[in-house]
Amino acid sequence: MDIDLLAVEEAAKALYIRALKVLPPDIKDGFSRLQQHESGATAQSVLGTMVRNIAVAEQTDNLLCQDTGIPIYNVTIGRGVAVDGHALMQALRRGCARATREYPLRSSVVHPLTRINEHTSCGIGVPVIHIDFDDTPDTLAIEMIPKGSGSENGSFLKMAIPAEGIAAIKTFVVDCVLAAGGKTCPPTIVGVGLGGTSDLVVALAKRAATRPLGSVCADPEGAALERQLSEAVNQLGVGPQGLGGDSTAFAVHIELAATHITMNPIAVNMQCHSARRARATFTPAGVAYGF
Amino acid sequence: MAHHVLEMPVTEAQVRALRINDTVTLQRTLYGIRDATQIHMFDRDRRTRLDLHGHAVIHTAPNVRKVPASAEHPAGYAPVCIGTTTSDRMERFTRPLMEREGVRLIIGKGGLRDGSSEAFAALGGAYLAIVGGTAALETTWIEQIEDVDLDDLNPESLWRFRIRDFGPLLVAMDSHGGSLYRTVQADTAARRAQVLASLGVQA
Repeated sequence: MDIDLLAVEEAAKALYIRALKVLPPDIKDGFSRLQQHESGATAQSVLGTMVRNIAVAEQTDNLLCQDTGIPIYNVTIGRGVAVDGHALMQALRRGCARATREYPLRSSVVHPLTRINEHTSCGIGVPVIHIDFDDTPDTLAIEMIPKGSGSENGSFLKMAIPAEGIAAIKTFVVDCVLAAGGKTCPPTIVGVGLGGTSDLVVALAKRAATRPLGSVCADPEGAALERQLSEAVNQLGVGPQGLGGDSTAFAVHIELAATHITMNPIAVNMQCHSARRARATFTPAGVAYGF
Repeated sequence: MAHHVLEMPVTEAQVRALRINDTVTLQRTLYGIRDATQIHMFDRDRRTRLDLHGHAVIHTAPNVRKVPASAEHPAGYAPVCIGTTTSDRMERFTRPLMEREGVRLIIGKGGLRDGSSEAFAALGGAYLAIVGGTAALETTWIEQIEDVDLDDLNPESLWRFRIRDFGPLLVAMDSHGGSLYRTVQADTAARRAQVLASLGVQA
């Protein structure tokens, strides 16, 4: 299958705008579950406002949140797909810039030293583009994630040691949720990366934070720890917006990798309640949009 | 838990009447301010021609569309999506914002710290919590972008919005030392050991 790069550019533009407007159904379901179990009056009111906002965004065809985030494109290339990788990355970048200028979206991206905003949502190394491969025939999938800064500032790395064991992991996750308080716009998805190297463990935490609700860590030990931690963090009382309550997190997600005999790396990355993502899937039948 | 409708600007007495857990709806005028705005105003001593005395500021950097200036869009901007951002990053600007510019109310999400509580108590101010991530809804409370200053910092300019029925907002920090965030933080800290024990960890 050959990939039309103009279609990729259009998809990169459409995905950014779509992600900012429509929350995936798993996140909407997550709100319903929290509303059923929340015992705090203020917390219920805050959750109610969040759910109302989702409806208003759809009714008024507006963005859910003012934060257009740091744009991230995750590309997965299946088997039998012919595409010029460099040109693909350029097409994604052009689509991202066009979404920003043509919609127009607030460009939230600046140079880290000069703080100059090019008003394209692009800059050095941004949009973040990850390219991976799988064995699905004749398929190229692009997932777009506008990653909000309030939750992204709730990112933590600890290079724990083996003697600290799993207790270090549990303690670190609990303390990160406490340190984040209301700043990460809870209820959050708490993404936890375990193992690997310092860079890999942070990437795993981001993948965990942006996984659909209801998905489970592929590793059974990781899956068991996800369940324990999901229950535990909602006993902390942080609540929606840090104003107290039971609904601190939709879930704790874990992604893990093998690590060194001397290492026990832990990373936490949070996703806010506006857990936005959109997906375009290219097949010989055309382009299909989803989540 | 009273509800207050405030026609902006307000007096010190009106702000001192607010207590945590009260709710507030603002009318008429609201200013938008952000990290870069305050870094330039207070660290680089840039001055604004806009008069913030007695007013409310919201921690924001809006999505806007540039349009020809008109009666409907006097600043040459149409609102697209306007919400709020995490306030904590701007903690150290609360006091200068009140002392130099005369601001009375700060609106944001996630709360401010003890330094801001002290400034609210000393000078007569309060923090109103708005629900973060609900900008589509909040945009419906904004009628117009009336004015803009320091626009070289766009989108982190100093914005003046005309508002109608902006709220309800929750009084989360008042001028009497009350802070819902401090209360929640004390509660969560007290729960930490028990939560860790439930995970088989001795704190």
